[in-house]
Amino acid sequence: MSDEKPDLVDVQIDGEWHQFPKGTRMIEACREAGVEVPHYCYHPKLSSPGNCRMCLVEMGMPPRPRPGDDAPEPDQDGHLPISWMPRPVIACANTVAPNMGIKTTGELTETCREGVMELLLANHPLDCPICDQAGECTLQEFSVEHGKGESNFREQKVKKPKNVDVGPRVRLDDERCIMCSRCIRFTDEIADDPVLGFTDRGSHTTLAVYPGKELANNYSLNTVDICPVGALTSNDFRFQMRVWFMKEVNTIDVNCATGANITVHQREGQIYRITPRQNNDVNSDWMPDSHRLNFHWIHGDDRLTDPLVKNGDSHRITTWQEALATTADKLAGIDGSEIAVIASARMTNEELLMVNRLVKHLDAGHMDTIPRDGESDDYLISADHNPNTNGVKLVLGLDNPGSQLEAIKKGINEGRIKALLCLQENLVEDGGFDAETLGKLDFFLTSYPLANPTADAADVVLPGACWAEKTGTMVNVTGRLQRLNQVVDSPGQTLEPWEIVRDLIQATGGGNGIYSALDIFKQLTEEVSEFADLTWGKVGDLGVPLIETSETIPLIEREKERIAQGIIVG
Amino acid sequence: MALEVPPELEKEIDERITHYPVSKRSAVLTVLHALQHHFRFISEESIEWAAAKLELEPIKVLEVVSFYPGIRQKAPGKYHIRVCRTLSCAMAGSYELMDSICEKAGIGRSGVTHHDPVALSEDGKFSVEFAECLASCGTGPVCMVEDDFHEAVTDVDALLSQYK
Repeated sequence: MSDEKPDLVDVQIDGEWHQFPKGTRMIEACREAGVEVPHYCYHPKLSSPGNCRMCLVEMGMPPRPRPGDDAPEPDQDGHLPISWMPRPVIACANTVAPNMGIKTTGELTETCREGVMELLLANHPLDCPICDQAGECTLQEFSVEHGKGESNFREQKVKKPKNVDVGPRVRLDDERCIMCSRCIRFTDEIADDPVLGFTDRGSHTTLAVYPGKELANNYSLNTVDICPVGALTSNDFRFQMRVWFMKEVNTIDVNCATGANITVHQREGQIYRITPRQNNDVNSDWMPDSHRLNFHWIHGDDRLTDPLVKNGDSHRITTWQEALATTADKLAGIDGSEIAVIASARMTNEELLMVNRLVKHLDAGHMDTIPRDGESDDYLISADHNPNTNGVKLVLGLDNPGSQLEAIKKGINEGRIKALLCLQENLVEDGGFDAETLGKLDFFLTSYPLANPTADAADVVLPGACWAEKTGTMVNVTGRLQRLNQVVDSPGQTLEPWEIVRDLIQATGGGNGIYSALDIFKQLTEEVSEFADLTWGKVGDLGVPLIETSETIPLIEREKERIAQGIIVG
Repeated sequence: MALEVPPELEKEIDERITHYPVSKRSAVLTVLHALQHHFRFISEESIEWAAAKLELEPIKVLEVVSFYPGIRQKAPGKYHIRVCRTLSCAMAGSYELMDSICEKAGIGRSGVTHHDPVALSEDGKFSVEFAECLASCGTGPVCMVEDDFHEAVTDVDALLSQYK
């Protein structure tokens, strides 16, 4: 028993004995034992002030014998009897001890929960019908489970500020606030921007930003996620959709190489919001606002929905058959050495493998991708703003993506490169190409989700699905292989990029037996050694380490330190 | 506008902060007391000065300022009067005393709220607020004018005439 494993302690939870490492919080021990302890202020990634009192449980320890009395006898399993304390303790900030007993049911705990719920609701406006949080509000949930359905409070509720602009993206309703202080601790401890605080403490306690300041940091919307009630709401999402109507898809963020794990919430093909999904090796529970809100263009007016071919100075809508036939015709007269392919580090590994096939099939003389080097924000945003640069290195075998671009430009200008296939990239705006250079090509094909200046110069424009409309895998900055999952159907005649590349191969006389992105992943596991023995199932929702890159994610490193120091549970 | 803190006051505040070696944040109340004693109230500039002094965000100072009624957020009159209204004084006539002071000093208390308890005379000479027990329950009603203690106050004219 516990003598053999000094790091583990025996704890009885609701009558069952379990073992937990020393130092485990009581609330985490209960969670591991499958018993949920209701809570508001406690968050495993933040310090524990223990101020909401919702997690009160009954606790007991072995009785201490009076002097002269016999010590209590252990039972046949070695457990001592438990003498229950007359008062409850908070489960969030206390740790387990040897032979401790925890009761999460019973009269004492239930009375405590009822009392805490009644007090929390005393001044709450109960405006659930017009509150965005309804449906994912723990105040709602716990009042159903643990409240008593009526209140002794007959007086006027306290009036507090409503509809407060605390920042450009976050709105505050102080009457709904239950003073859990999660948002304050988040801005203090994670975002390092401590602008929130409680003023007028007492019966009028008010969550506020300091006059003249605002909650404007790039992680502000995480406070909306961790707010257990509807006090903090997102300007972008509020009043857009009831949460119970939306379907959630687990996928990853593609705005930088970190590949934050996210949940995308959609209804009937329309994306309404993106929230971070816990992955302690990638993004913890957080994500930057700039990445979270960068999805409205998916449903914008400038999406490409049909293949286009050049028609004089402009383009006309055509069919895939014609667009591909035109491409095959034009490429037929051009030697492989005169063809350049520019792919994208925003493509999945599966798409990149197809690009590799295309390059080999055409025997194209030039290939590269466009780098997006930026600044790391020292939190979650990587300096590499492409999501799959590591995938490019592995699958396309490019050691230094972007290094060939100048040579390709030069080749075009000198007439050595006659055809350019641009796959899922924006050469003019992101690749430093100009219309004059592109105009010198005999044949120029581009595919992209959005209309863009690059397409102006193209002979054939193919509409590609965007990140939320396709399935595949990417390798993040730390070398972690993660899955991108399709959230919504792509608009119009759009195809997934791997389909576009497959069709290009077939149109130009090549063949392959590929019918799905999963087929490509299987070939990837056979052709690229790092992927050997993997399946999408093994990659799962949280990804798997694929390669060593010696890169780290600053916020995650700091969080690990805080876990080691015992400040947070993690 | 930055706060102009005289060197002696800053020296005193620096000394007070040394009494809290573990966390500078703990010194926030003593710093505020010193500032209020000198400037008569805690202005936004005082909050920001104290925050900079203690290496805190101003909101952390505002949290404390807005909690204590004893820390004033707007300027009081030349003479600030605090009238006790706890039980003994209330029974001995503190509300009548307050009314009388207001009448004689020309103070309207209609704008007084939970968050803004101080009322000021039109000429700015007197300001008044209710206080809780001033520790002289046997001699109510009592009040304090600045740091002077007045017991069993019945003659408000005589009280006010002491302050020019």
